[in-house]
Amino acid sequence: MGDGPGAGGVFPPTRWSAVVAARSGEAVERRLGLSRIAEAYWRPVYKLLRLRWHKSHEDARELTQEFFARVIEDDLLAAYDPAKGRLRTFLRTCLDALVLNDERDRTRLKRGGDRELLSLDCELTEGELASASSTRPEDADALFEAEWVRSVFALAVARLRADCAERGRAHVFDVFARYDLDDRDPRPTYAEIAQGLGIKVTDVTNHLALARREMRRITLETLRDMTVSEEEFRREARTLLGIDPAGR
Amino acid sequence: MTGLGFLSDGAVGRLRDAVDAPDLTGTRYRLVRRVGRGGMGSVHLAEDTALGRSVAIKVLDLDDADGSLALRLTEEARILARLEHPGIVPVHDVGRLPDGRVFYAMRYVEGEPLHRQLDRVREVPARLRLFMRVCEAVAFAHDRGVIHRDLKPENVMVAPFGEVLVVDWGVARVLGEGPSRREVVGTPGFMSPEQAAGDAEAGVASDVYSLGKMLRVLIPEWPSRALAAIGDKATDPDPGRRYASALELAADVARHLDGLRVEAHIEGWGDRTVRLYRRHRVAFWLVATYLAVRGTMLALLGR
Repeated sequence: MGDGPGAGGVFPPTRWSAVVAARSGEAVERRLGLSRIAEAYWRPVYKLLRLRWHKSHEDARELTQEFFARVIEDDLLAAYDPAKGRLRTFLRTCLDALVLNDERDRTRLKRGGDRELLSLDCELTEGELASASSTRPEDADALFEAEWVRSVFALAVARLRADCAERGRAHVFDVFARYDLDDRDPRPTYAEIAQGLGIKVTDVTNHLALARREMRRITLETLRDMTVSEEEFRREARTLLGIDPAGR
Repeated sequence: MTGLGFLSDGAVGRLRDAVDAPDLTGTRYRLVRRVGRGGMGSVHLAEDTALGRSVAIKVLDLDDADGSLALRLTEEARILARLEHPGIVPVHDVGRLPDGRVFYAMRYVEGEPLHRQLDRVREVPARLRLFMRVCEAVAFAHDRGVIHRDLKPENVMVAPFGEVLVVDWGVARVLGEGPSRREVVGTPGFMSPEQAAGDAEAGVASDVYSLGKMLRVLIPEWPSRALAAIGDKATDPDPGRRYASALELAADVARHLDGLRVEAHIEGWGDRTVRLYRRHRVAFWLVATYLAVRGTMLALLGR
């Protein structure tokens, strides 16, 4: 975790995104890329199946596995053209097609469902479904976008926690979790957090600033991984940060 | 967050704010709140703890891979720094934040954009006086070789004590500096035809056109043919037929306010009579009253 000025914000343009890797001709690289995409997208896919398509917990789990099995085995991403649209839109279109086919053919071979390609923590995701009520299920695009935003942030938070632990800065993450992630109402003050952790208020300020700076860096890195071009990255970043395209 | 990996809507909202907010750690500024959002960045109200005053901090939303946006923001700050004028927001500081983003700090203008002042400033002369102050600030920038390129009522702030400030110099260009490349910048409805066509050399005349469009917003219905002619001349499709400078435009508006003949309008005897009447209304009525009284007395005495 870089402390100094310029530690975040600008990313090495040489790093290949997961999308590029997933379209690679090299099998290992392709599989690694696909697994990174699946990591970011399985929750939005699962939640769309539950809320938009009204699938049961079991069916949604099975279809999520099947969807990513098809993405990997049928090489669906080969048909994705970054110049024509966002990866997010492409995956959602593929998912809709899968569900429609599934409903037409109830006797399908449950490829993904039998093999459990992904480790899905559906219990946790069910808990999120119960608490996240801001998105109307009938607005599939908004729902998928909102869940994708949540998923990217969840990945970034997990990476921040791992990063802090690795560098012996678990206390930095602890302050961040108490202030920015905890849903307590009323919101905790810096003084309360300092008292709870037995540290000074200035430490809370400093730890929080450091954690947020790193959170920004990791979040944007995660996003960069999910996009191909600079233009797509900027567009998706504005969506992620909730920036109105009209500039309001 | 009730457990790691579980993010509520509230937590997502707080994370958005935390990731988006400029990191002012180690600087002299303390973040207060976001006050605006532009095409490439946002403006935040902050406290300058060293001087104990409010400042506005403009910061990029995202750095770009080739650094051209950062360069653009730094250039904007440098342009502002060369424009020391009461009608132009002064820049105090420029640099890079700990999170890597380029920023600059400027005077915080606690006011309202010009178009939101129209309900309060209803009289045509008062609106014209505001407009002239905009012209004067723009003319000063032109004198320093700077073309604003996005003049519109939203980019003019009126402060509580009546100060008029031209803001958002984000797409301004310095005459004779930098590569001239075709690019369309500005706001439809306010940008000149040559600017809309991407003419990289669009200069003073282009800003004069935008000022003319702004005048039309301030005065939706022309109260006189002379003022209409001023608007028409400022927004002539041919740059060569517009006012040669923002000062000339302001001077013609001033002549109109003073009841003098404006350069943009060749007046007939009817217009001239009306103008002279408006300008010398008191004298006209004094003379008329005198003549009427005298005429009445003569008529009475002559009986």
